[in-house]
Amino acid sequence: MITFMLVASLILFGVAVGIALYRIIAGPTLPDRITAMDFIGVNLISVIGVISVLFNTLAFLEAILVMAILLFISTVAFARYIERGVIIERKRDR
Amino acid sequence: MKINDVILHSVTKVAVFIILTLAVYLFFSGHHNPGGGFIGGLILSSAFVLLFLTFDVETVKTAVPVDFKTVAAVGAFTAVATGLGSLFFGQPFLSQAFGYFGLPILGETELATVTLFESGIALVVVGVVVTIILSIGEDV
Repeated sequence: MITFMLVASLILFGVAVGIALYRIIAGPTLPDRITAMDFIGVNLISVIGVISVLFNTLAFLEAILVMAILLFISTVAFARYIERGVIIERKRDR
Repeated sequence: MKINDVILHSVTKVAVFIILTLAVYLFFSGHHNPGGGFIGGLILSSAFVLLFLTFDVETVKTAVPVDFKTVAAVGAFTAVATGLGSLFFGQPFLSQAFGYFGLPILGETELATVTLFESGIALVVVGVVVTIILSIGEDV
């Protein structure tokens, strides 16, 4: 029963990633695409968690941490690009 | 225009230490588990990239006064030197050894010479990745 629930959740995560992929391809503006990319990353983290429960192993938990860190940094970089147009500044104006 | 990004600064000051802790953990779990010098160096350089994103280049350069090209060079020398060290014992190049020692606090501990080699790899990865990021992100 629990296996059926985990597999069903994996299928639903796949559907959600597909919908977000449509938003990335057809998204009218750049913030739509960035939000969809963040959404796909969070779904991938959830998929790794469900798979580690399904396989009954602890070997994938570092992958969750690494993916969360890279997702955070990439989202910050995209937000910085939208907000200011430059990602790494030479000198702050303060 | 003065931009108020106090939330990003506050989050970064905490998150950088978490990322550095994860990098050290991944570096030392490299013998029998996922991890190692390359992955640890990548996470370490991602911590530096987060610092460069949040603050500016000048602030981080004054806070971390190292030249990252020198870091990459020192790491490459360390990796090659630990590989050459096996030649003195009549073994092929890059042979590694390990042993079990009783340390005062840690107890029975496995010490391997591959850790020195991995530290060289980590330094190379940190230096090269941060140099590339700074070269790309530097606007005219």
